[in-house]
Amino acid sequence: METIILFAPLVGALICGFGWRVIGEKGGQATATALLFLAALLSWVVFLGYDGQPRQIPLFRWVESGSLATEWAIRLDRLTAIMLVVINSVSALVHLYSFGYMAHDENWKHGEHYKARFFAYLSFFTFAMLMLVTADNLLQMFFGWEGVGVASYLLIGFYWRKPSASAAAMKAFIVNRVGDFGFLLGIFGLFYLTDSIQFDTIFQAVPQIAETSITFLWTEWNAANLLAFLLFVGAMGKSAQLFLHTWLPDAMEGPTPVSALIHAATMVTAGVFLVCRMSPLIEYAPQAAQFIVFIGATTAFFAATVGLVQNDIKRVIAYSTCSQLGYMFVAAGVGVYSVAMFHLFTHAFFKAMLFLGAGSVIHAMHHEQDLRNYGGLRKKIPYTYWAMLLGTLAITGVGIPLTHFGFSGFLSKDAVIESAYAGGTAYAFWMLVIAAAMTSFYSWRLMFMTFFGKPRGDKHTHEHAHESPMVMLIPLGVLAIGAVFAGMIWYTPFFGDEHAVGDWFGTSILMHPENNVLHDAHYVPLWVRLSPFIAMLIGLALAWQFYIRRPDLPGKLAANQEILYKFLLNKWYFDEIYDFIFVRPARGLGRLLWRKGDGAVIDGSINGLAMGVVPFFTRLAVRAQTGYIYHYAFAMVIGIAILITWMTLSGGAE
Amino acid sequence: MISADISIVLPEIALAIFAFGALMFGVYTGKDRTAPLLIWLTAGFMVALAFWLGVGATGNREAFGGMFVNDAFARFAKVMILLSAAAVLVMGQDYMQRRDMLRFEFPVLVSLSVIGMMIMVSAGDLMALYMGLELQSLALYVLASIRRDHAKSTEAGLKYFMLGALSSGLLLYGASLTYGFAGTTVFSGIITTLQAGDMSLGLLFGLVFLLTGLAFKVSAVPFHMWTPDVYEGAPTPVTAVFATAPKIAAMALLARLAHDAFGPAVGDWTQILAVLAVLSMFLGSIAAIGQRDIKRLMAYSSIAHMGYALVGLAAGTAGGVQAMLVYMAIYVTMNVGAFAFILAMERDGRPVTDIRSLNMYSRHEPLKALALLVLMFSLAGVPPTVGFFGKLYVLRAAVEADMTWLAIAGVIASVIGAYYYLRIVYFMYFGEEGETLDRRMPPVQWGLLMASAAVMIVGVVNLFGIDPLAAVAAQTLVR
Repeated sequence: METIILFAPLVGALICGFGWRVIGEKGGQATATALLFLAALLSWVVFLGYDGQPRQIPLFRWVESGSLATEWAIRLDRLTAIMLVVINSVSALVHLYSFGYMAHDENWKHGEHYKARFFAYLSFFTFAMLMLVTADNLLQMFFGWEGVGVASYLLIGFYWRKPSASAAAMKAFIVNRVGDFGFLLGIFGLFYLTDSIQFDTIFQAVPQIAETSITFLWTEWNAANLLAFLLFVGAMGKSAQLFLHTWLPDAMEGPTPVSALIHAATMVTAGVFLVCRMSPLIEYAPQAAQFIVFIGATTAFFAATVGLVQNDIKRVIAYSTCSQLGYMFVAAGVGVYSVAMFHLFTHAFFKAMLFLGAGSVIHAMHHEQDLRNYGGLRKKIPYTYWAMLLGTLAITGVGIPLTHFGFSGFLSKDAVIESAYAGGTAYAFWMLVIAAAMTSFYSWRLMFMTFFGKPRGDKHTHEHAHESPMVMLIPLGVLAIGAVFAGMIWYTPFFGDEHAVGDWFGTSILMHPENNVLHDAHYVPLWVRLSPFIAMLIGLALAWQFYIRRPDLPGKLAANQEILYKFLLNKWYFDEIYDFIFVRPARGLGRLLWRKGDGAVIDGSINGLAMGVVPFFTRLAVRAQTGYIYHYAFAMVIGIAILITWMTLSGGAE
Repeated sequence: MISADISIVLPEIALAIFAFGALMFGVYTGKDRTAPLLIWLTAGFMVALAFWLGVGATGNREAFGGMFVNDAFARFAKVMILLSAAAVLVMGQDYMQRRDMLRFEFPVLVSLSVIGMMIMVSAGDLMALYMGLELQSLALYVLASIRRDHAKSTEAGLKYFMLGALSSGLLLYGASLTYGFAGTTVFSGIITTLQAGDMSLGLLFGLVFLLTGLAFKVSAVPFHMWTPDVYEGAPTPVTAVFATAPKIAAMALLARLAHDAFGPAVGDWTQILAVLAVLSMFLGSIAAIGQRDIKRLMAYSSIAHMGYALVGLAAGTAGGVQAMLVYMAIYVTMNVGAFAFILAMERDGRPVTDIRSLNMYSRHEPLKALALLVLMFSLAGVPPTVGFFGKLYVLRAAVEADMTWLAIAGVIASVIGAYYYLRIVYFMYFGEEGETLDRRMPPVQWGLLMASAAVMIVGVVNLFGIDPLAAVAAQTLVR
């Protein structure tokens, strides 16, 4: 069954990608989607029926080179089961949604075929993502890791006629290379120390690794800390954490279903998954864990501030994703991996829904993405409105305080914030609470600007705004169920108490016996437990004040605080700084090597040789061919005289 | 005793009797009218002989007290010689017939020179060596000037004869020095002398002179000067003969002399051969760039290719000899195809040799242009073709013999040499529109051109299994 789950998307991708000329575009799309729904159905069967016993299902032998020997195997444990459900459910729904969203795309000329390609990429992505989460060893995981990178590249750059889309695709790929380099170094380091890339072998060796020190970049490091740090660098790239986050907002150039699937629900959470998967190592790497908490908390705060002022509907949600990923890393960093997975799980539902809802709005508004040109759409697209509302309630964390009743985001986000407090890092706690307020603000700002108030922007577009077709609304409805109930249903196994969590996750994550954060998180002071809810209310109130009651206020504030506004609008100037520090010097170096190194030195010497030296000798050789017999005989005699002399001097001495 | 000896040289005797029979037949019947018939008969006889040699005798046998050796090495070379001679014979018939220069002596002379070549590769004695060499050369001198009424042809023959005589003199001088210092002319005797004592200066001189005499025959630099003039002046079918079978014979003789007679002095002759190889590869490649005449171009091309074959020999190992044999087999196949095409290059019935006449040839004759393209790529040593593997073999032999510098020189020379082969391809595919060549091509030439081009592509699979055969041949020579 697991094998079917794994390979159904690949089969779909191949049939759809290469066979659509035979079975038609519709046929290809339908095949890919049907296979994905099959995979999703089986994933739920596996998830609900999983007995907690980790299993390995070998598929075939893969690499044997010296002491590096590995099989291709499916590792099935609780972590994998959760990820299977998340990936396949969202992917199946996004496939279905894409039928409607991609039906008429003005980026393509009449008669061009692009749909089958799109579906094939989506299915291929799903396959790669499944490879990543079912990996039984680091190499297999890296294969999936790179596979999703390729799929992401292809899908971000799907509208290849747009230069910005191509640039964004390259940016995503290149920024991820930085992270992947760290990941690779981590894999190399683990192989160097344990002589294996199998998870089981590595995990058993972790206590020894923690007592080893290793020299790297002329410095002595604790091996566990260094390796955990390097692996986390990989996670930072994939999960768009601070310093390596710049690609994610640009990735919104891809079609919206792609944003929902790859850049919200699945691929970007691969970093969180990696940290949870490597929990036995992280547990022995306290400094690295602190670093993870710090980066996660800072990202959550930073992305939320930027999200406050963005005007592109997709960019707002993109920064929101970035921020929420920071929450997950904080949870993982303080040592409650189950809570990180919890937020990952619920976030997948409500964030995918928000993206698909945004896609529905964009679809309705003829590919207008600027919030400032929306307004009053509540009546025009009621279903989308309700879906977005549920998503917003979920992400902002609405629920009944001090109970377990609330939208999914309420339960998981509160769990994260309580864990952060229990983890003892006040910095992370306050960053997350402030970010929660800002989350509430920008989410409601998006809602208010889109669905309330008076219509702004192009009148014609507003008049023709129309509700999306059923294939796009059904996925919204299904995801809404998850966004509302997922938190309440699975609260206990993810965050109930140590025993429930321990029973449920089994050996798939390791929490050190001295790691009491999960326990402590349930006994935090009352004000801590209320703080996210209060933050949410503050954000809501401010948003209401700014965008419903006094719509003139935002403009005034922006004019008053121009420096701060510009700072946030330009995303803390990260792109500009990177451009200055990395891009321009690299381009300059490239230009130097190209003009001087390649052009002058290499081409120059080759051309000089080919057009100067060789022809000179050619003329010489042709001139020597006089046609006179005595010249020829003379050459022979000279030749033999030289040979004799040379041999007498060198060979005779032997 | 004598009957056992005769049985060993039976193939040579059979070909000699056939040649004399053909001569008598020609003289007493229709003279030149019998020439086509004789050509086909001779070619058929040679193929039969090749078959006989190839599948018949095995083992290592000597005749006439070691003067004549029939071993796997000799047989491998002889099969190559006979097949290539047969191919160029039938290839040239149409050309000569239409220009009224088909003499019935043509096949007879080729047969006689082939007998010389067969004796060369089987020589186990300096006298047998010289006899074979002269028999071969005398027939070729005559062939070069077969158009007695044509100034260029006679000039080519005369030049070849004069310089050939000089080289024979050098060779004989080397032979007499060797005899004087070794006390014997039999190879096995020379090798015993060398193994017994150190290399005397007299023997060293003898070695150098012998090598130069043979270097003239393979047209290695600086004993190559005759090649372009003779290739250009001789009628094209004769040029085709020059470019193929005699090269194999001379190269094989060089290998036999070096290993069988001067084996212990391997350090001395590898140095000489390496220098000759480098000079040949570079001069062949560089000078060919200046050529417009495709026959002169092929002359320099053959000089460069002999340089590569010498790289294999210069390694001084069994692997080197094997690489040389494989290289020569590939070289001959390529040249048969190339000359099959050159023979058909004509405009309004008159032969042309200017490479610019190939301008936009591909537009009019796509298939033939493609075949020539494959051959040129193979001659240049471009990877998916067999010619690349030939070069790879010899260069690998050099590297394995710790002569990496030689291999590097070979690679550089092949880069330079690629230019003039690719220029022909350039003219055919990207040149300017101009007067075109005639479309006519006799079926024999067409068949050989296509077969040779096909071999260059299909042969990459396993080189038609000649590699293990060459290995066996090399093993019998290098002990």
